[in-house]
Amino acid sequence: MSLQRRRKLLPWLFIGPGLLWLLIFFLYPLLNQASVSLMSGNPEQGYDLTWTFSNYWDAISEYKEQFGRSILYAGISTVLCLIIGFPLAYFAAFHAGRWKNLILLLIILPFFMSYVLRTVAWQLILSDDGTVVSVFRTLGLLSDDGRLLASSTAVIAGITYNFLPFMALPLYVALEKIDPRLLEAATDLYASRATAFRKVTVPLALPGIFAGSLLTFIPACGDFINAALLGTPQQYMIGNVIQSKFLNILDYPQAAALSFTLMLFILVGIFLYARLLGARNLTQAAV
Amino acid sequence: MAATQAEADIHLDGVSKRFGDMTAVDDLTMSIPRGSFFAMLGPSGCGKTTTLRMIGGFEDPSEGKVFLGGSEVTQLPPYKRDVNTVFQSYALFPHLSVERNVAFGLERKKVGKAEALKRANEALELVQLGHLGKRKPAQLSGGQQQRVALARALVNRPRALLLDEPLGALDLRLRKQLQIELKRIQQDVGITFVHVTHDQEEAMSMADTIAVMNGGRIEQAGSATELYERPRTAFVANFLGISNLIEAKVTGDQRVATHDGVALHAPECAGLIGDVQIGVRPEKITLILDGEPVPDGSNVLRGKILVAAFLGVSIQYVIQAAGGEELTVFAQNTDGTEAFGAGREVQLVWKPEHTFVVQRG
Repeated sequence: MSLQRRRKLLPWLFIGPGLLWLLIFFLYPLLNQASVSLMSGNPEQGYDLTWTFSNYWDAISEYKEQFGRSILYAGISTVLCLIIGFPLAYFAAFHAGRWKNLILLLIILPFFMSYVLRTVAWQLILSDDGTVVSVFRTLGLLSDDGRLLASSTAVIAGITYNFLPFMALPLYVALEKIDPRLLEAATDLYASRATAFRKVTVPLALPGIFAGSLLTFIPACGDFINAALLGTPQQYMIGNVIQSKFLNILDYPQAAALSFTLMLFILVGIFLYARLLGARNLTQAAV
Repeated sequence: MAATQAEADIHLDGVSKRFGDMTAVDDLTMSIPRGSFFAMLGPSGCGKTTTLRMIGGFEDPSEGKVFLGGSEVTQLPPYKRDVNTVFQSYALFPHLSVERNVAFGLERKKVGKAEALKRANEALELVQLGHLGKRKPAQLSGGQQQRVALARALVNRPRALLLDEPLGALDLRLRKQLQIELKRIQQDVGITFVHVTHDQEEAMSMADTIAVMNGGRIEQAGSATELYERPRTAFVANFLGISNLIEAKVTGDQRVATHDGVALHAPECAGLIGDVQIGVRPEKITLILDGEPVPDGSNVLRGKILVAAFLGVSIQYVIQAAGGEELTVFAQNTDGTEAFGAGREVQLVWKPEHTFVVQRG
């Protein structure tokens, strides 16, 4: 084989394993589920591909409430993660000094425990006879028989807690890359610290904000653990519906149709979000 | 320094800066006259950058006061000080175009956006980058980025421009070119430039006044000529060029004797007593072969040539003096004759007024 041909082959050799993996474990299941989403039948006799597009209309019209709730909860949680995560990442990047690594460790420490167990822990934290509820009742933030568990608040709190690292870490990476001398230059050029933050820090952190928001919002949209453990059916999100259709009711076509619809919503959402932040900024600010 | 506090653009009064138990700047008092090109020169760690950062407002002095144009600014943050800095690393905003970088300061000062962009482009013209306004800083070369940083500071017409090793990251040829350009721009705009550098040649070629710093203090300040011809400390003598220092003792009015007993005439030694060092610059010395007559009234030392290197424009000799020191001599190549060979016994001859004297430290 000539050197030139070998050179051409080399990139394929590198990308090969990943490509194969994606073909088998991503593309094939995706196409498979796409066809399932167009089937009809019942769990006893099995399902056949009948190109039943009405699966989609049925799914959306029947579960628009859960769709809306998913997007709302995930959206609120993402904003909360940003509000909590930004100062945390900012402090770690600029002011933590030798505590930097400890703070980063604390951010990822929850991952040492299983997701479900972490959420169960929140059941205890928010339980009716727990400290949080009794403090809230004493302060008058909750009525004497008010609860935190089994409410939207509990579900959103759970999602926010569980996804905070996915927001904080990309933010940290983006902020840490900012040369502090740029902020000095901004204050030298008559920008107050607040203006320097707005005009320099935030634009340069945009790639981190974008990445963090996606990493939080997308999995939060499809999440069902928090609603199942911290909420009631009144708080169920679309993930709960998909999960029960797939695993309990065995209505595969509708479960698949719901999954694809959710995917579409998320893709459109990402597109709009990227437009809002400005794709140019996202790719160039990091340079 | 001649300028009084009233006519000085920048005045430091007893300023010190300590980081932990390290003193970076030690009780510094100095005035920088309006419109001057002032260089702070010294080795790394001498406190020159810290001094500049205190003028810019990036460091608070541990003690002392900073005045700009007669009013005290010691407690003011950088954005309230009428000075702009050209940073060593340029610190251009990577997310903004070149013209928006330059317009940044004007926009903060509430100059309208259109007007700010117009003036930004004028400033870019001044540094010959008018055609690159729409680019991002990362698309420019190092020299171009340096000019953008200069334009970004100059466009605000500050009281003074602070330059922190502005040419340090550039290659030699570009540095030489930008030195001349900086000097030209300073003469054009008439703003006070405060330039921090460790490169003595850069300081000497550009600055009206040079303050040589060492250990957080100013060793000596003055024109390049003053510092070179009449250094007052051994540090200044050695930092600016080759100094040929010889241990000596003051023996009388304008008289010194070297450690090996040679009597020399030193008009500069007035006021100094006891142990001193005398020096003479290499190009001030003439070599005359042993036994040949020397001009009356000259200072003469004897020595033996160790190395003779032909440099074209001059011949550089390293000579071991009778007292043991190795002295350097530059002989101008004026008549194209052959250099004296190594091993020759020679007399080193120079005029007494070229002798400088520094107190032994």
